[in-house]
Amino acid sequence: MAALPPYASTGQRLWYWGFRAICVAVLFFLIMPILVIIPLSFNAEDFFTFTKGMLALDPAAYSLKHYQDFFSNPDWQQALRNSVTIAPVATLLAVALGTLAAVGLSQPHVPFRGAIMAILISPMIVPLIISAAGMYFFYSRIGLQGTYWGVVLAHAALGIPFVIITVTATLVGFDRSLVRAAANMGAGPVRTFFKVQMPLILPGVISGALFAFITSFDEVVVVLFVGSAAQKTLPWQMFIGLREQISPTILAVATILIAISVVLLTVLELLRRRSEKLRGMSPG
Amino acid sequence: MTQATADQAKGSVLAADGTPLKVSLRRALRAQKLRALMLIAPLLAFIVIAFLMPIADMLFRSVENQIVPDTLPTTVVALEDWDAKGDALPGEPVFAALHDDLVVAAEAKTHTRLGSRLNYEDSGMSSLLRAAGRGVRRMSPDEPYEAQFIDMDKDWGDIETWRTIKLYSGAYTDGYLLNAIDMQKTVDGPELKPASQRIYVMLFLRTMLLSLTITFFTLLLGYPIAYLLAILPLRTSNLIMILVLLPFWTSLLVRTASWKVLLQQQGVINDLLVWVGLISDANRLVMINNATGTIIAMTHILLPFMILPLYSVMKTIPPSYLRAAKSLGANDWTAFWRVYFPQSVPGVGAGAILVFILSIGYYITPELVGGTSGIFISNRIAYHISISLNWGLAAALATMLLIVVLALYWVYDRMVGIDNVKLG
Repeated sequence: MAALPPYASTGQRLWYWGFRAICVAVLFFLIMPILVIIPLSFNAEDFFTFTKGMLALDPAAYSLKHYQDFFSNPDWQQALRNSVTIAPVATLLAVALGTLAAVGLSQPHVPFRGAIMAILISPMIVPLIISAAGMYFFYSRIGLQGTYWGVVLAHAALGIPFVIITVTATLVGFDRSLVRAAANMGAGPVRTFFKVQMPLILPGVISGALFAFITSFDEVVVVLFVGSAAQKTLPWQMFIGLREQISPTILAVATILIAISVVLLTVLELLRRRSEKLRGMSPG
Repeated sequence: MTQATADQAKGSVLAADGTPLKVSLRRALRAQKLRALMLIAPLLAFIVIAFLMPIADMLFRSVENQIVPDTLPTTVVALEDWDAKGDALPGEPVFAALHDDLVVAAEAKTHTRLGSRLNYEDSGMSSLLRAAGRGVRRMSPDEPYEAQFIDMDKDWGDIETWRTIKLYSGAYTDGYLLNAIDMQKTVDGPELKPASQRIYVMLFLRTMLLSLTITFFTLLLGYPIAYLLAILPLRTSNLIMILVLLPFWTSLLVRTASWKVLLQQQGVINDLLVWVGLISDANRLVMINNATGTIIAMTHILLPFMILPLYSVMKTIPPSYLRAAKSLGANDWTAFWRVYFPQSVPGVGAGAILVFILSIGYYITPELVGGTSGIFISNRIAYHISISLNWGLAAALATMLLIVVLALYWVYDRMVGIDNVKLG
């Protein structure tokens, strides 16, 4: 199927190209909604569709005014500030605790490993609306609802499963005799961890961190319930904007977020390659 | 040393410090286990506090009913002997107890909260209790309280009012959970609600049906792409993979926003169809704020979750099997259907369950593009938390949803294992 043999019948030829046409159509369906937003965000009018001027490639029909609005509107600016102060702290918390636990979980003898793993992965399994409801109820009881730390804790909890999964996956390829070798040469457990283990599992830790970051940065359901207006993040502001008065500024924000995901995707891909290379190098 | 010699005599091996090797090894193993647990402990504690306790709180709230016995402690006790199935109102002692409880409650202003709690079960209770809170202070202790209460509001003479209080007098109730499946508590045990008030079972079924439809479409669109990715050389398939991963990594709200823009009546797709001439300007398609909008947008959003597990299974199917089938005389279709497809079934199962699970818990997309006919059970949960403030019912609906999702995950775990979830 990979390449059409010269003796292929007409039917086979037809199917070969038909199949590729179907795939192109599906890929178009996948990528088109993301691409279409980018030119629309440069619209000089407050419309959500291509104007005649835009189709004629008239420079006057394009403008940066929606971007200007994003960078000058206090609502959006506060949302941006909240997003960049919540996500990194939640990520740091998730990565620090998650990496430690993943190292613990990858030891050869861990009692109740299955049960512990199930508990640690559970925030990923439970639908967000249920987590949000539970956190809203419980955090209001203990006074965390509507606070910065409430949102950070909630987002860290949601990001932890991703850190656990990526870091334990990297640790599977980690050669444990290196730890013994380090201990043999007189390094303590802490020194061994930072000098030997950490550099080798770093790609996994970073990709886990990226997952945790994007989880928090894109998260809207939990922040809607656990946060209050003072913790309004970018996704929250977008959600409100889409539900109530849909303003074209959302398209500008969407374009910026797409740019961020492209950067993240590139970094992850590079990390994956590096990690594969490292795994290939390590003996055993 | 005598112990050691004795052990030696029995033929057991000794470690360097003289303890039997078995004991020494066991001690080392225990230390190792302890160290592993110490590393896991902080995270475990964190997850328990930040995540599991909230879930437990939610489960608890779906049965909790302490407000009734807390606000009307003596009335609840006095009502214990009253036969709710009979036609007689409870006697004077109950009315007296109610008077005493309401005086205390009105002082603490808790009677209005009780009113809104009971109002979920029997509308009218809220105003009845609010008025009673004002009225009890003017009642005279010399006359019978029963007559004074009925005089204040004839609803106090209605046996249904008392039945409601009696049914919900326990500290825990199954009322919310019954409500979540369109049933209600009656004196004769749980019964189905009148047909006009049944909404939740229908909503659960609709959530399932829409999720199945979405799962079907993701499979329909995802299978060819996963197959293409599996048969192309790695260099090309990696490029196509980017087209799959970019939507996966793009913010959910960005993708929902873009569907909102595309599907609107004045949106890009309608404009295009009018320009091509497929539809007239007056008959623009309504593709948003209904179930169609939800299905289109969610199929797009969940498609990568179908493609990735499918691809990881198809990658492991050796292409030589197809060639072998063909060399044995199978045509293309038979070779695919009898040889390739059965081997890709684990991927189909994994992808379908994953998409289905993700889909039934969705909130954001149905809320934004679903209108009224395309909303899910989660939208109703959110409505009860933030608008109707009936938290008990919200918790009960969430409990039902959680049970369904956990059951599905159990199946998923048996099929693929949660540890094997691949990320990107």
